Amino acid sequence: MPSTMETYFNDVAVLLDRSLAPGEFHICRFDAEVSDFVRMNRGKVRQPGTVSQRYLSLRLIRGRRHAERSLTVSGDLAHDRADIDAALAALRSAIVDLPEDPHLDYATDVHSSRTVRTANLPHSEQIVAGVLDAAQGLDLVGIYAAGPVYRGFANSLGQRNWHEVSSFNLQWSLYHRADKAVKTSYGGFEWSAADFGAKMHEARERLALLANPSRSLEPGRYRAYLAPSAMEELAGLLCWGGFSGRALATRQSCLFRMRDGAALLDPAITFAENIADGIAPAFQDEGFARPDNVPLLAEGRLVGSLVSPRTAKEFAMATNGANAAEMPEALDMAAGTLPLAETLAALDTGIYVGNLWYLNFSDRPACRVTGMTRFASFWVEHGKIVAPVNVMRFDDSVYRLLGDHLVGLTSERELIVNSDTYRARNVGSMRLPGAVVSEMVFTL
Amino acid sequence: MSSSNESIRSCFHQLRGAGDFWSLRLVDETAETYAVRKNVPQPPASSRDRGAMLTVWANGGSGYAATSDLSRAGLQAALDRATEWARATATASLIDFRALPKPAPRGEYSSPDIDAPGWSGRDWYELLGAESRAAGCDARIVDWEASVETRNAVHLYLTSAGGNVTQRYRFVMPSVVVTAHADGDTQTRSLNGYRGLAQQGGEAMLRAFGFDGSGVRIADEALQLLAAPNCPAGTVDVLLMPDQMVLQIHESIGHPLELDRILGDERNFAGTSFVTLDMFGSYRYGSELLNITFDPTRPEELASYAFDDDGLRAEKQYLIRAGMLERPLGGALSQSRAGVAGVANSRADNWNRPPIDRMSNINLEPGDSSQEQMIAGIERGVLMRTNSSWSIDDSRNKFQFGCEWGQLIEKGELTTVVKNPNYRGISANFWRNLRQVGDASTVQVLGTPYCGKGEPSQVIRVGHASPACVFSSVDVFGGDA
Repeated sequence: MPSTMETYFNDVAVLLDRSLAPGEFHICRFDAEVSDFVRMNRGKVRQPGTVSQRYLSLRLIRGRRHAERSLTVSGDLAHDRADIDAALAALRSAIVDLPEDPHLDYATDVHSSRTVRTANLPHSEQIVAGVLDAAQGLDLVGIYAAGPVYRGFANSLGQRNWHEVSSFNLQWSLYHRADKAVKTSYGGFEWSAADFGAKMHEARERLALLANPSRSLEPGRYRAYLAPSAMEELAGLLCWGGFSGRALATRQSCLFRMRDGAALLDPAITFAENIADGIAPAFQDEGFARPDNVPLLAEGRLVGSLVSPRTAKEFAMATNGANAAEMPEALDMAAGTLPLAETLAALDTGIYVGNLWYLNFSDRPACRVTGMTRFASFWVEHGKIVAPVNVMRFDDSVYRLLGDHLVGLTSERELIVNSDTYRARNVGSMRLPGAVVSEMVFTL
Repeated sequence: MSSSNESIRSCFHQLRGAGDFWSLRLVDETAETYAVRKNVPQPPASSRDRGAMLTVWANGGSGYAATSDLSRAGLQAALDRATEWARATATASLIDFRALPKPAPRGEYSSPDIDAPGWSGRDWYELLGAESRAAGCDARIVDWEASVETRNAVHLYLTSAGGNVTQRYRFVMPSVVVTAHADGDTQTRSLNGYRGLAQQGGEAMLRAFGFDGSGVRIADEALQLLAAPNCPAGTVDVLLMPDQMVLQIHESIGHPLELDRILGDERNFAGTSFVTLDMFGSYRYGSELLNITFDPTRPEELASYAFDDDGLRAEKQYLIRAGMLERPLGGALSQSRAGVAGVANSRADNWNRPPIDRMSNINLEPGDSSQEQMIAGIERGVLMRTNSSWSIDDSRNKFQFGCEWGQLIEKGELTTVVKNPNYRGISANFWRNLRQVGDASTVQVLGTPYCGKGEPSQVIRVGHASPACVFSSVDVFGGDA
């Protein structure tokens, strides 16, 4: 049985279909969520609340002229109808003056789809009470976010796509003191007190290691292990235009030297956009279906990119269902052969990097990246954790870290659900292994 | 039909509140975006984003609920949900809201030129098209775009204690970005960074920043960078121009002085601060030339306003005076928690996010050195313009920043253009090496619409006005190839 939101969206689509004049075409997107957000600090509640938001984006197309307008709606069509009519009228008037757009493209084959994944979640108040109980005596800071997220697509051809997922994501840090902390996340569709308890237990154990006197390292080159949560930051920076078809074609991608055959990564490096195993919708903003899997890097070579319909038109390429930003939403990095249990032994002596933080390019064409260590990072000697390390800045090229200096990737991978909540709860995810590197340049 | 903002005001007074205090914060924001990329007008985009947040204090707790359903029933449902949150979490609340004064601000604010007619889409496409055509002047220019985003917003704040504030804003944010590529290298140059030109008011700001003619100028600079050597490495003086100073101020003064970071709220995400409460009034943050103000009163600056989003009246305050740390960036709630005086900076980026401590306009007050005097006073150094890379640790101490444009200064004169100029340092030491501060003729009023922070996350508009400044003994370096 459709949710109230789905019924509302279908009614909007019918209204739009009936409102068009001859020769007009519409594309309609719906982005909505009902989210509980509970912010915690010092083991107490800092800001609890609920956000109920519904956005409609309408694109009116006439020939090759088009414009887009988005608006907030109440979810009651009787209440919203006048605003939707006004938006259509504004678009109709805007496109009259526009020139034809040579790069316009949108789906004309109908691929309707429906994905609904509901969650069995206790009330957020109950979950938060349990989290705070488990954190008695600890300096816990973090956020619990939960509730349904809705994405809809409709067009004049009758295509309808609906994506409705209810989930939760708890992100929390346990602080020892100052900037010494352990960060943990627990997200999914079914809340399990036992699973949460196990994660909290592991975090407590790691926190105890931070009580040891910390060590300040001199700048230099160190062997290092990057945990999956650290790899998320590195991969996240590569996603910042790295796999974009447009950025590669205009040589703005940090990976353009791979496209030009001037750079390679280690043969163990394989990346794909794996929508089939992610939680993002399988349709994009112009209505194209997204393939289950788009290979991006294979055995250290660039083999593909994410191509939006607009880029496809501009550069005479084929679109593969990317959105305008051409950023992966379900990045999948292939596992290696190093068992997770043997990573400390493989690291031997060096830095165990639990998290990286605030990465940016220091030389984008060279794919050279700088950033900081953060949270639980340790100095390891002969395969044993010796001391927490004070934060260090690194500045090194991905071509080296995942190229000549890569020792191995772990055979186990982590599914990391994107916890970003800018404007809306993100539906992206990454599946990543950890990596041991023989050398990483630390500068400050 | 959607309710008018006036009808929301009357609806608020009919809501059935059950807490000790409740408020409604409405944001009604429209936006228009125009762009011409590689001489192709991009389809225009417009939006109207309108909703309200209801906040309730009850039994010592506080809760909020935000909704895009602005019917009376929608607002009542939000108020009821906020009340549930306040009650359910009262015993676990970090803050006892019973001890706080109930805001009852009354007043209005308007951006400059708020009612002036804005440009039409045709006007914008004409201007942007001209700059685009001028920028695509060489086969090595591989991508270029001229664009603008204009926004109009109404913020309404009503409280059960009689508060009634209306603030109206108009923002203009133009941009020109050009990318050149040849021989395995790519260089990008922009007009003060992407959306780095951002002010309140009307289109008059275009002339002030030389937007007309910027396409060919920026393209020429991108080509110069393509031919330039890498910035040499060494410990030298740097002359940071205003469009890099804004980033330096933002990351290594603005964020560390946010009181909610100091109180630990941000430790799970944006981070903490090397600044601690005991430093206010006694800590030397920088040289005696360093004067930093919180100034929401400069009309054209991006984050000027009369009241913050918790209803505190906004006034100019010194944060750092003659190098000494005076007060943090903390709104009424944080001030109460910390027991220190702060500023009116509790702000939310939209109706669907709660207010937290944010920068507004954080400015470096001008000194008395002309740009010529500053250059003449440098034996060996680098002038850097326009931020391109920013990274700083979660305590806001160890930083590394990069710029689009560098130019060597040798024996008091500007010489070779260099690419990929980067520098790194530690906030706690860096500002003590501030050696010269430019006079008013070197000041630019800039800002960013993209300051990220908070859980749930928020991206907010922040203003920075700064002169050019000279720093001694800075670790600078270039790129790989």
